[in-house]
Amino acid sequence: MTRSIDRAFAAGVAALAMLVPLTLVAITILILIDSWPALTTFGLSYFSTTEWDPVKLVFGAAAYVYGTLVTTIVAVLLATPIAVGAAIYLTEFAPRAVRAPVAFTIELLAYIPSIVYGLWAIFVMVPVMRAVVEPGLQATLGQLPVIGKLFSGTPIGLDLLSGGVVLAIMILPILMAISREVLLAVPPTQREAMIGLGATRWEAVSRAVLPYARPGIIGGAVLGIARAFGETMAVTMVVGNSSRDISGSLFVPGYTMASAIANQFVEADSELYFSAIVEIALVLLLVGIVVNALARVLIRRSIADRPAGAVV
Amino acid sequence: MKKPLIASMLAFATMLAACGGSPPAASSSPTTGATATGAAADPCGVPVKAKCPAEAQNVTGAGATFPGPLYTKWIDQYLQITGVQINYQAIGSGGGIKGFTDKTVDFGASDVPLTDAQFDAIKEGLYMVPMALGAVVPTYNVPNVTAPIKFTPEALAGIYLEQIKKWNDPKITAENPGVTLPDLAITTVHRSDGSGTTGVFTDYLSKISPDWKTKVGSGTTVNWPGGVGGSGNAGVAGAVKNQPGTIGYVELIYAIQNKLGYGVVKNAAGKYIEASLDSTTKAADGFVSPDFGNLKGQQAKLSITNSTNADAWPISTLTFLLLPKDFSDKAKGLAILRFAWYGTHEGQAFAKDLGYAPLPSAVQKAAEEVLKSITSGGSKLLKVNP
Repeated sequence: MTRSIDRAFAAGVAALAMLVPLTLVAITILILIDSWPALTTFGLSYFSTTEWDPVKLVFGAAAYVYGTLVTTIVAVLLATPIAVGAAIYLTEFAPRAVRAPVAFTIELLAYIPSIVYGLWAIFVMVPVMRAVVEPGLQATLGQLPVIGKLFSGTPIGLDLLSGGVVLAIMILPILMAISREVLLAVPPTQREAMIGLGATRWEAVSRAVLPYARPGIIGGAVLGIARAFGETMAVTMVVGNSSRDISGSLFVPGYTMASAIANQFVEADSELYFSAIVEIALVLLLVGIVVNALARVLIRRSIADRPAGAVV
Repeated sequence: MKKPLIASMLAFATMLAACGGSPPAASSSPTTGATATGAAADPCGVPVKAKCPAEAQNVTGAGATFPGPLYTKWIDQYLQITGVQINYQAIGSGGGIKGFTDKTVDFGASDVPLTDAQFDAIKEGLYMVPMALGAVVPTYNVPNVTAPIKFTPEALAGIYLEQIKKWNDPKITAENPGVTLPDLAITTVHRSDGSGTTGVFTDYLSKISPDWKTKVGSGTTVNWPGGVGGSGNAGVAGAVKNQPGTIGYVELIYAIQNKLGYGVVKNAAGKYIEASLDSTTKAADGFVSPDFGNLKGQQAKLSITNSTNADAWPISTLTFLLLPKDFSDKAKGLAILRFAWYGTHEGQAFAKDLGYAPLPSAVQKAAEEVLKSITSGGSKLLKVNP
């Protein structure tokens, strides 16, 4: 009697567990079916051309892919040093009374709905970007050869740089939380050994702790990238939503893949247009899966593959 | 057999009651009574005056966001009179067309005429019934300019084609003597989300600029030659407000409600016109009824941009309900038709207060004829009470 209940229960939870992966498979299949007309019509030119014309029914998503990559790179470059710096301070230097409240506050950022970030960005950040940050960058870094190209054009505040900055703030909590976890996971013996050798705290952190935690921090950054890739609302509100040719400047309005879907999905009124938009979703889904898998491998390596004898 | 009997008894009773009050109504009843199954004041007829037991208590529609507030007002009034709950989801014209085609809603709504391909997708056919009018206005941010800037159609097209790049371009200054326009770069702002507002604006630009027509064309989303995209009227207006040198386009009601300044545009008759509800209604004055039974290929007739009327605001539009020619569900059909009748008649009184231009009488007549011709199972649904 009890055995049969056991078996039924096992079968029940197994079914529940299978439901989730099956959902992913079902979503992928549906997206594939819906994007099929665009896949077959445009093939690889979908990824290499920037013309996105719903009137003439010609679709190339290169500008969207470019916008997503640029905003994500900006976000990760800005957020990683801040997150890692904060994590080092909180795990190595901060007084005990400070650690929990600061960590909690930073992680709280993760619970703010993205539309709120968007509103804040459009009313507070964008005017500052336009009037202060962007002219400032133009006057300084903009004067340098090669790099200067990044800061050319009229600062309007609604551009790739603003999109990247909003994303940076949004991925900060996850980056910081993961960095802190992996730094905490570094065995105290690592530090003690360095300090025992007469190293300063800076040397202990940079030579013993950080190398040990590096794969985990990279994993966190990759998860941040995945979040930045898919983030829609806040970026849409500040990125400028205009898919002009790829110019190489951060001061031009851009378009990300997720915001292209959000903006155009509802009014996609012909089959080919609709399927071209679904194809963006397909690309996002695939990238999301790959990036998340990569992050998992990296984080696992940093936490599980401890050197023999290490005390955790 | 029962129904007609009761109906005619009712009719008789109401005729008796009406006798003292309005003889002309009573005298006209025999003519209409011959076609309909018989009544002077059938509660299920129109004008909508009472609860109708034969109509569905719940219907769902979806579509254009622009007429949303007006439809909501009508829905509220209709609920009070009839107890019927109509759910309207303002999800955008494209969504309305899609929902109507897929039959996920009982009726659709759109600011833009369907394309030929969209007409083809609806095998059973549909009617587009005009409900009200709206206008789109150019709004801009040019420091130290207080007088409304005058735009020729060519200047507007040139600006959005990124050919006119500065505010002091001769194509703008020539029409604005006495206004000092600065040597400031123009940044164009457009809707990033697909929108009927964009549909109207690009339809207008396509009509007045061959260059625009071949390079960009018209639609709810187009491949803009440049500029910045903002989401919704608020996104466009926000970008314009924040950034000196910008120009954008928003719905007239949005501009009025938010006290945005907007430009004056030269219409087809060569007159500079200020956008207002009256000049918007004028745009539909020259409305030539298309063959509503077969709208495919007649989109141009449903568009009232660049009206030839001398006092018309040139960037105006009709907003439509999408209704099937023949309702499969009789009860729902009756409720929707009665609601549409209410909107195009009594409902017009609410239009101005909410920032919409009411239909001119010619268009209202056209809408009336269409509503009367809609059937269910082959027989006409709407009875017009005298």
